[in-house]
Amino acid sequence: MSTNDHLLEYSIPQLLRWRVNSTPKRPALREKDFGIWNTYTWEDYYDYVRKTALGLRAIGLGKDDTIAIISDNIPELLFVAIGGHCLGAISAGIYQTSMPDEIAQIIQYLKVSAVFCDNQEQVDKVLEVRDQIPNVKKVIFEDPRGMREYMSDDWFIDIKDLYELGEKKHEGSPDLFETLVDLGKPDDVCHLCLTSGTTGLPKGTMMTHRNYINMGVRITEVDPLEPTDEYVSFLPFAWIGEQMNSFGVAMATGITINFPESVETAMSDLKEIGPHFMFGAPRIYETIRSEIWLKIDQSYWLNKLFYNYFIKVGLEAAEYKMTGKPMPSGLKFKSWLGTQLIIRPLINQIGLMRLRRAYTGGAALGPELFTFYQAIGVNLKQIYGQTEITGIAYMHRDGDVRPETVGKPLPGTECKIAEDGEILSKSASVSPGYYDLPEKTAEALEGGWLHSGDAGFIDEHGHLVVIDRLSDVMHSKKGEMFSPQFLENSLKFSPYIKEAIIFGNEEDFVACLINIDPIVVGKWAEDRGISYTTYMDLSGKPEVADLMMKQVLDVNSRAEKEHFKIKRFALLYKLLDVDDGELTKTGKIRRKFVQERYQNLYEALYDESVDKKDIEASFQYQDGQSTTVEASINFYTVMDS
Amino acid sequence: MAYLNVSDVTLSFGGLKALSHVDMKIEPGLITSIIGPNGAGKTSMLNCISGFYHPTQGDIHYKEKKLTHASPHQVSSMGIARAFQNLELFSGLSVLDNLLLARHQNLKYSFLHAVFFFGKASRVEAENRGYVESVIDFMELEPYRKSLVGNLSYGVQKKVEVARALTLAPDILLLDEPMAGMNQEEKEDIVRFVMDIQKERNITVVLVEHDLGVVMDISDQIYVLDFGEVIGSGTPEEIASNPKVIEAYIGED
Repeated sequence: MSTNDHLLEYSIPQLLRWRVNSTPKRPALREKDFGIWNTYTWEDYYDYVRKTALGLRAIGLGKDDTIAIISDNIPELLFVAIGGHCLGAISAGIYQTSMPDEIAQIIQYLKVSAVFCDNQEQVDKVLEVRDQIPNVKKVIFEDPRGMREYMSDDWFIDIKDLYELGEKKHEGSPDLFETLVDLGKPDDVCHLCLTSGTTGLPKGTMMTHRNYINMGVRITEVDPLEPTDEYVSFLPFAWIGEQMNSFGVAMATGITINFPESVETAMSDLKEIGPHFMFGAPRIYETIRSEIWLKIDQSYWLNKLFYNYFIKVGLEAAEYKMTGKPMPSGLKFKSWLGTQLIIRPLINQIGLMRLRRAYTGGAALGPELFTFYQAIGVNLKQIYGQTEITGIAYMHRDGDVRPETVGKPLPGTECKIAEDGEILSKSASVSPGYYDLPEKTAEALEGGWLHSGDAGFIDEHGHLVVIDRLSDVMHSKKGEMFSPQFLENSLKFSPYIKEAIIFGNEEDFVACLINIDPIVVGKWAEDRGISYTTYMDLSGKPEVADLMMKQVLDVNSRAEKEHFKIKRFALLYKLLDVDDGELTKTGKIRRKFVQERYQNLYEALYDESVDKKDIEASFQYQDGQSTTVEASINFYTVMDS
Repeated sequence: MAYLNVSDVTLSFGGLKALSHVDMKIEPGLITSIIGPNGAGKTSMLNCISGFYHPTQGDIHYKEKKLTHASPHQVSSMGIARAFQNLELFSGLSVLDNLLLARHQNLKYSFLHAVFFFGKASRVEAENRGYVESVIDFMELEPYRKSLVGNLSYGVQKKVEVARALTLAPDILLLDEPMAGMNQEEKEDIVRFVMDIQKERNITVVLVEHDLGVVMDISDQIYVLDFGEVIGSGTPEEIASNPKVIEAYIGED
């Protein structure tokens, strides 16, 4: 088998030590700060982890204590997490966008004894609920900005002071740290990963060292990475997708993790680094494509001409590339020419030129998007998995990218389809269960198989096809089954549509609410001299409605079955937002909540006599204030020609 | 004597008295606000301090030095920086270049060094860039570092304006209506910056502002001007209960 199998016998800190011994001077982490990329070698990385670990011990943390992390992606977050692992403590990521009450609930549930925050914004949230979390001994912060008022309170500690405590401890007993690292076992739980949960409070999935390292080793058996490869860390750390890379892939392969300067600069930092592989939710790829289209649209005529011709060539060539069939030489030449003339400069501008592989996961991506990325030479592949199986269990292989599938199981992963169509998997990366929820654990791991909750089947090529959440599949009044997510994705392939919510469960027909894409539609309107003020105003324009009608008709014309066709739609006056609870932290629609919130629109969608309705729209600002605006919403019935 | 001492300053344009017999004492490390209705002479006061106008009568002293007739560049090299009400940025340059340009007075190397960019020149340039980056970090302008100022939103441009004043590493910062034309969220942002400027960078702030709520919240000392005259001064509490001020703002019954 693979030469990396011996890595599976290490805990994460032990693997880090192994890396230090083999490549001490190679860059392990890089962070942009004050406009400059600063490098931490593997040796530096280990030094910081040691300081942090012993510092944490000095403030009273030890085996099985939980440290919550609420932070943007910065190296210190890894120091704290892995430093904790050295002591046998458990790290847990909380989304930075969480509200104070939510943070308190999670801290209570996971019995957290220390919290790491990157800045005052997060510290303030923890402070707000201080009386509800008596078990938290210390709050560690990284950025002292704005913390002057808190300095006198010894509940807070600057991470620099923590390092100092650690250094002192190390001087006092120089062997202590190595002894602690030796105590770690690969099957110890090291991290609690919150599952985003479309309903209710998230569950804390217990992850072991081996879960992560196995994932890192197996994925690189399929897609090898070089130790010189670069990765840009921009996914939220609380999501399995990021931990999988920083704990699993990076440790198993020795690649460099790059931390952007801030969340807002992630895309321009990506351009500077030029990563070799990236991983992201479909939204990121949709955004990048819109950006490409916008760039071309704003470019001068020759570029447009070249692009429009060569993208067609590229799309044609992509069909061959994805299936691994040999390409005719004429097409090969044209595709090469297009790459040199327009495609390479274009993707270089976005920072994807060095990219060998891009992965998308978390939700389904329109098939057209795969072909598009393959056409511009970006090897975009679908992965599929759950938090409970360390993120990835199924993946496309190079030259075998079938957009409608999620690929084949990773080496060492078994797959089975249950009688009711549910996808079951088994591998060394399957979590031992949920924190403090034995019933849920038993349910999810019944019979030794991980129950995904997704419906799917294995096609004739041995690829897994995921249909939808078992619980999300809808039935019309006549009992015909359809997948709302599938229809939403077909709509979202239109560049003008940002988000769509399909209804139709127990109804006569399918209807939907559409969020127009403010940037693309805004540009479209500008080009046609249509003036608008706000998103709400733009959504209400009759010209925009005509545009959307065309998009819906287009989707309908491609519908496989008659009952998939969308019959009524309306344009929503605001973008669905995480802060309003309409999307999960990972950007999935909370269907039930959205339907309840827009109940008045829903009713009008299913009352064909209504073509205009006055509503009161309420908005909540970030600071908690809310306002109400009166608006009238139009409803459109789609007439198939 | 106070840190910055304005004594008996009168400024006339022909027959019009923009300021008349104004006395002000700006203490170090505090936020001092100047408020008043439109045309009360607030900006004229800042112009006098920063050397754009010279008082017709009276004197301004800063750390015992007289700057009544100093020119703007002399004032700024003494450690008094100013952010303008109407943006005075180079809209065709990037944020970074705008800020680096403000460090011009710190570029003390010879022409020869500059031509070959060695020794002192490269070291001084690196130091300046380092300082500018610390301001970019402080004002959270990282996403806009390389954007042209003219392409940025008004709120961001205002932040750049304040940042540029900060890159001079001043002892006193004069802010002329930094929150004008901003929405509530942007205002709160700027308020936080102003307080951090005072507390973390230990800079004395002189603030001209219309938003009374903001002024009452963050000022240590307030001067109220009306028709060029100081009609009240003191702590926010004293100002809030000063009948003359209430009259100037709300009008007579």
